[in-house]
Amino acid sequence: MKQGEIIRVAGPLVVASGCLGAKMYDMVQIGAMGLIGEIIELRGEDAFIQVYEDTTGIGPGEPVYLTGEPLSVELGPGLISAIFDGIQRPLDVIREQQGDFVTRGVDLPSLDRQKAWAFTPLVSEGQEVMEGDFLGEVEETPLIKHRIMVPSGIYGKVKGIKQGEFPVEHVVARVETEKETVEIPMFQTWPIRRNRRVSERLMPNEPLVTGQRVLDTLFPLAKGGTACVPGPFGSGKTVVQHQLARWSDAQIIVFVACGERGNEVADLLLSFPELEDPNTGRPLMERTIIIANTSNMPVAAREASIYTGMTIAEYFRDMGYSVALMADSSSRWAEALREISGRMEEMPGEEGYPAYLASRIAAFYERAGKVKCLGSDERIGALSVIGAVSPPGGDLSDPVVQSTLKVVKVFWALDDRLANARHFPAINWLNSYSLYVENIKDFWKTEVAEDFVALRQEAMRLLEEEAELQEIARLVGVESLSLKDRLILESARSIREDFLHQNAFHPQDTYTSLRKQYLMLRAIIHFHGAALKALEQGVEMESILGLEVREKMSKIKFLSEEDTAALDVYIEIDGAFRELLKSEQ
Amino acid sequence: MYKEYLTVSNITGPLVIVEKITEVKYGELVEIETADGQLRRGSVLDISTERAVVQVFEGTSGLDVDKSRVRFLGRSQKLGVSEEIMGRIFDGSGNPKDKGPQIIPDKMLDINGSPINPQARDYPSEFIQTGISSIDGMNPLVRGQKLPLFSGSGLPHSRIAAQIARQAAVLGKEEKFAVVFGAMGITFEEANFFIEDFRNTGALERAVLFLNLANEPPIERIATPRLALTCAEYLAFELDMHVLVILVDYTFYAEALREISAARKEVPGRRGYPGYLYTDLASMYERAGRIKNKAGSITSIPILTMPEDDKTHPIADLTGYITEGQIMLSRELHRKGIYPPIDVLPSLSRLKDKGIGEGKTREDHADVLNQLFACYARGKEARELALILGEAALSEVDKLFLTFADRYENEFVRQGEFEARSIIDTLDMGWDLLRTIPRAELKRIRPEFMDKYYPESQ
Ligand SMILES: Nc1ncnc2c1ncn2[C@@H]1O[C@H](COP(=O)(O)OP(=O)(O)O)[C@@H](O)[C@H]1O
Ligand SMILES: [Mg+2]
Repeated sequence: MKQGEIIRVAGPLVVASGCLGAKMYDMVQIGAMGLIGEIIELRGEDAFIQVYEDTTGIGPGEPVYLTGEPLSVELGPGLISAIFDGIQRPLDVIREQQGDFVTRGVDLPSLDRQKAWAFTPLVSEGQEVMEGDFLGEVEETPLIKHRIMVPSGIYGKVKGIKQGEFPVEHVVARVETEKETVEIPMFQTWPIRRNRRVSERLMPNEPLVTGQRVLDTLFPLAKGGTACVPGPFGSGKTVVQHQLARWSDAQIIVFVACGERGNEVADLLLSFPELEDPNTGRPLMERTIIIANTSNMPVAAREASIYTGMTIAEYFRDMGYSVALMADSSSRWAEALREISGRMEEMPGEEGYPAYLASRIAAFYERAGKVKCLGSDERIGALSVIGAVSPPGGDLSDPVVQSTLKVVKVFWALDDRLANARHFPAINWLNSYSLYVENIKDFWKTEVAEDFVALRQEAMRLLEEEAELQEIARLVGVESLSLKDRLILESARSIREDFLHQNAFHPQDTYTSLRKQYLMLRAIIHFHGAALKALEQGVEMESILGLEVREKMSKIKFLSEEDTAALDVYIEIDGAFRELLKSEQ
Repeated sequence: MYKEYLTVSNITGPLVIVEKITEVKYGELVEIETADGQLRRGSVLDISTERAVVQVFEGTSGLDVDKSRVRFLGRSQKLGVSEEIMGRIFDGSGNPKDKGPQIIPDKMLDINGSPINPQARDYPSEFIQTGISSIDGMNPLVRGQKLPLFSGSGLPHSRIAAQIARQAAVLGKEEKFAVVFGAMGITFEEANFFIEDFRNTGALERAVLFLNLANEPPIERIATPRLALTCAEYLAFELDMHVLVILVDYTFYAEALREISAARKEVPGRRGYPGYLYTDLASMYERAGRIKNKAGSITSIPILTMPEDDKTHPIADLTGYITEGQIMLSRELHRKGIYPPIDVLPSLSRLKDKGIGEGKTREDHADVLNQLFACYARGKEARELALILGEAALSEVDKLFLTFADRYENEFVRQGEFEARSIIDTLDMGWDLLRTIPRAELKRIRPEFMDKYYPESQ
């Protein structure tokens, strides 16, 4: 292996001389311990290397080994349910070998080399195949069939295909191309900073159903779409991300815990094997992959972690799955970028971030999408990406927030004031938006209900009017508002408290199907209409507000899906108003 | 033999530049001998083939370019530990300060520690009763949590921290516990307050103290919390103790870090603090926690004073982004004479959800807590409205919420410095307040708990 020599060490940055022939983003090994690093700049023969491990004890004169390969991930059976660090080292194996604290210089393959997987072929001898075609499959978990695909760039005839139990390195197929015969094992590698190719990009047009009412009904994300969740600390970014990882109807979840708390990772690891996927009834861990580079782990690996996660997510998308990737938090990635850039003494841009921050963020989110995958079956895959952003002081003018907002289509604005009043999810209904509403209207109409779009519109209108009326009430007092306006305030309150407010920790409230969301909203809007009519007919405001059915409406969120379906609040509301009108006449 | 150099070329702020060095490593511990034979210690911050940048813990005053001898010690900074460490007091660099003997170490531990493998963490879920209603009832602390006090100058954070240290107990358990206390840049009087309090309650012999006081070298503060945490890790994960770590004041710590960064002419981040302040703080805060199959734990209460009471100031802001919640002190409550002046609304305990409820505190805890938050928030809104428009402009219901907010502050939040309330008393007190609000307004409480704790007849 070629070799350079260290001439400087400054925290996570190492500079080595004598690196002629090295390429950008090549992986290197540093010193006797073989710490892993990546070349991020070349100036003449000097290579600037970001090191993925603590550099204490490393000094000038020590060797740097140039591998000549870009930093890559291993893609094959064994990914599901795994937990990796930022450069795809298996944290569970590291723990078995090294104990409870992460030490340096661990050299372990990402995928278990011993474990055998039952491989079932899907092609036969002599068949013509192209890149992306399924050669066979492995049932990795009861939920996930892991498809072994023809690697990128390979077209030819199958010359030998196996069946049976093999470890990942075992060659399961041979493909004869124009030039040669290619041996294909059960896993492949892919450089983390390079997009995996697709055959065509499509427009996202189905919602990613999350079971979170404020998201699904008001600000929906589409499968293959992008969203960001910015907010100050404690406003609920991580809970939103965890809720999506738990309940969204993606088939594969890649959760990148990027530079945040160790206990939040522990929470996922301990709860996911126990929790049931509402769509399949299987433990959530069977569809989840965790990339964890917590805040106390080396900062450069944090920079790499989101790409490691993204590449794994793309790989499953290529199999035709709907994948969702969460990055919590993209700000920590950006800070890692800033730290390394600072050490390289690059010209700082806004807030000290490098000038290329915006383009890196845009390129990252562009890897999301609904696509036609490579392969002759033209299957469809989707990769949705949701990034948390943690701006200093919650200030949305932060460069990371601003650069992110330029590319993502959904903005879930978390609000400190709502969080302080424990209105969760603390998503501000006035500032947030989704640009997918138009694309998924048809889906709502056919899959939920014809009038869902109209109900949603009405709810949004009431909330906006509430904001205006509150302004007025602050100046002149509630008592001076008209009866109709006071009713609007009450109905908007009901939308906020009975519908939008959703407790992630309540066993029933934590997830609501689209159907139940529709029933809940319909009850509130229907009540508003009936109350308006009653007011016109001279019924007292106090009697309307005193109706018992209101308390019932506020408790629907605690009912099971079946009980909600059975309950006809709609009819009860009508009954209540009939009684009211009768007694008042 | 150590490599020794007489080649200091520059001294700037807390930094010393040493030239023509060989075989020096990043992070290495350095000893500098002044012309008159004094010893200073430091560590390598940046190393290239020709020169090393060394930060000097005790400061550079009195150092000269000519005669300073620099020795590179070939290892990083370590703390010697043994069971004898209990009950001892050290300075901010880890030397005995209590006239006791040097510790004969069983082990020499790197003060920077290593990150806990997230896979090895056990999720903290044991409720710690502090006896303080605004913490236990509203923002409960659990074993293994890092829950800072966000304070301001002149607010009684020390008294609250001492009260927690005195009263903290896990219900129904008697276990080995210890307190590790680290002072960074606080005054002698403030430090002494803790020492006396530990002494009076007999906690001193179960405590280990590391003190860097206001008049001591600021750069030493970089090491102090790390020494304290290294000691805590030893007690918790090797001697199976439940350790409570109190570190005060991180604001002074961050200022020391800023000083070094400025001397290195780094691109400053917000308010001059270096861009890596987040990572640096995280490398300490994240050392709290629980580990699977280990009996001990580290619960940490870092304390910081927010300049101008501004919670968006980088120190508070970055801390809040790392720790598992925060207890926020309020100058307004303090002025009203309420002790402890804990403002529950911006306070938060992120780990509460698995620490409370049936079998831990009481089945209704989560609902009561959510409802009290909501009612208090609405009461405070009503109070604001009443300030502008007069109380008469409030609706009947809002008037009830206003009364609720007043009583909540005066009865629930306010308590004695030596008053330890049980969690059951705290929750009952919460229900007592909630009964002043009409049933239909209490939407955060499940019907079954309403029936049980809010009888129709009242
Ligand atoms: N949907 C929710 N339901 C109940 N509690 C919530 C919800 N969202 C947030 N919280 C509360 O807010 C706290 C902070 O949320 P978190 O997501 O950790 O904030 P952030 O990541 O923005 O700092 C959580 O610990 C929890 O107590
Ligand atoms: Mg978070």
